[in-house]
Amino acid sequence: MALLEVENLTVRLRTARGPAEAVRDVSFALERGGTLGLVGESGSGKSMTALALIGLLPDGAEPSGKIRLAGQELLGLAESELCQIRGNRIAMVFQEPVTALNPLHSVGRQVAEPLILHGGMDHAAARAEAVRLLDRVRMPDAAQRAEAYPHQLSGGQRQRVTIAMALACKPDILIADEPTTALDVTIQRRILDLIAELVAEDSMALILISHDLGVIAENVERMLVMYGGSVVEGGPTEEVFGRPAHPYTRALLAARPALHLARGVRLKTIPGSVPELADLPPGCPFGDRCTLVIPACAAARPREERVGADHYARCIRLDAAAVAR
Amino acid sequence: MTALLLEVEGLARHYRLPREGLARPGRLVRALDGVSFAIESGRSLGIVGESGSGKSTLARAVMALETPTAGHVRLDGRDLHALPADELRRARRDFQMVFQDPYGSLDPRQTVGRIAAEPLAALGGTSAAERRERARAIIEAVGLRAADADKYPHEFSGGQRQRIAIARALLTRPRLIVADEPVSALDVSVQAQVLNLLLDLQADFGVTYMFISHDLAVVDHVCEFVAVMYLGRIVERGTTAELFRAAAHPYTRVLLEAVPGTSLGRRARMPAAVEPEIVEAASVGCSYAARCPHAEPRCRIEAPELRPIADGHFAACHFAERLSGLPLPAGASAGGLAGA
Repeated sequence: MALLEVENLTVRLRTARGPAEAVRDVSFALERGGTLGLVGESGSGKSMTALALIGLLPDGAEPSGKIRLAGQELLGLAESELCQIRGNRIAMVFQEPVTALNPLHSVGRQVAEPLILHGGMDHAAARAEAVRLLDRVRMPDAAQRAEAYPHQLSGGQRQRVTIAMALACKPDILIADEPTTALDVTIQRRILDLIAELVAEDSMALILISHDLGVIAENVERMLVMYGGSVVEGGPTEEVFGRPAHPYTRALLAARPALHLARGVRLKTIPGSVPELADLPPGCPFGDRCTLVIPACAAARPREERVGADHYARCIRLDAAAVAR
Repeated sequence: MTALLLEVEGLARHYRLPREGLARPGRLVRALDGVSFAIESGRSLGIVGESGSGKSTLARAVMALETPTAGHVRLDGRDLHALPADELRRARRDFQMVFQDPYGSLDPRQTVGRIAAEPLAALGGTSAAERRERARAIIEAVGLRAADADKYPHEFSGGQRQRIAIARALLTRPRLIVADEPVSALDVSVQAQVLNLLLDLQADFGVTYMFISHDLAVVDHVCEFVAVMYLGRIVERGTTAELFRAAAHPYTRVLLEAVPGTSLGRRARMPAAVEPEIVEAASVGCSYAARCPHAEPRCRIEAPELRPIADGHFAACHFAERLSGLPLPAGASAGGLAGA
């Protein structure tokens, strides 16, 4: 049995423009020690998937499908039961450390909080453990910095604090949602290295969410490419980058400027823009931007097709995509 | 040789922080500290660096939105900060800016046509009909429909909004466009559209770009020249091709090594150097010495000058020649990800 099994997860939202499926029929499994990347643009459903896993969906969102953590079904659990799991067995690191931290409490107190709530420690023990955790995320002068307030720390240090909070209860699964998007590149590397190291040491499972293909390429073994709420392609990272199958994945890889490409060469663009969730077509969500589209694409959502060992794509034009350049 | 369009000479901007106590004066922050460079007409200069390096202060000083503490900004030989207010206002038709956030930079209560025409209205001397006509033409030039001029910003996606912001910047037919992170807020699939547009406009109108970005791959794509900033100073500059191939300043090398997505799988970890977070400029010696893995005692005493190390390539490091010969990580020259 896998540590985390997600089956046909769908999240319906009520928006001003009518009901919308922010996540459509997402399935994956994650083993202990495994690393999975979710990559996609804004509105692709990657963050909503993460929020569903940790039970923090916005009011009015209706999840359906199955989310099993070590066999236990999480969807439909009462809030009090979820509280036992959230922060304890599944923890999350958010994009903006500034908003994830309470400006009125010292960071040491914030790292100690889950230890008191979930770990049953007394204040003194929790405080000592918090300093140890801050030290573990390489906070310089951890004992002293534990007394600092978030505004006294730099962006990278704040993100280290949220990672320490997430690690406090030795979770089984760490979800990092764009953990470095708000940080400078040199600090980004350090934070991602830190996460990789901690995940390996504690044999946690990692779900890393990013819009940045480079970050995904370097940090996870398996990846899912999301578009319009659906997983359009999934497989081992090397496979997906080496032999991208779905027209969206291929277009996305070609649209990125890379170092040392010839200057001024026109980038391949994807016409149009990311669809609004409320306007998603019944067929393939990428249909109206795809150069290979045929009428059948709009008829029904494509099924998952196997394209390699453990590598799948949802597209009915895979043969055409393979020869198109 | 083409004429120099923009010359920046010894530009400095210092801020005094609020005093820390009754007797203690506030610290002096040198957001810009002696920045000099020039851009030839029709070329592009990329400015890269991390947050706090002074990139945006530089943009504001070049745009004459901020008065420098010292130094000059000359556009076509005219010192912008020495111009009287009304002349500066008229001169503004020659230099325009595109901001990072296409949501914050467009007035939600005005139609796109009015937004795009605003620079002309501000300059005066044109009739409403003429302004409307030119706004429509420029909106088409950036790949939107003329009919879009009657719509409001909320009806457009992020990429389209950035096109509108670019249209507005182009309307007065400026010689220089200062673009401050123009694609950072956009999705990858839309980024490419805007980058292509910027390159097309340069080919068609001969615009000069000062292009600020933290994304080295984007700068490499758009700019022939690049300057790397660190704590308010330019630490290295030269042609993008030379600088990204044989970076001579250790900071440039760290930036290049940190670009993700040049290789698959985990790479060697960054050297576990001192946490590079808030670093204050040292008052003596090289400002990068505290972070630098190559620092020697000399670096803490003697500040390196920005000096030529090869034809058109300048670096502010005592060991620039030695460092530029060191190989950069193999991945960085592998031409990006497979499939690209």
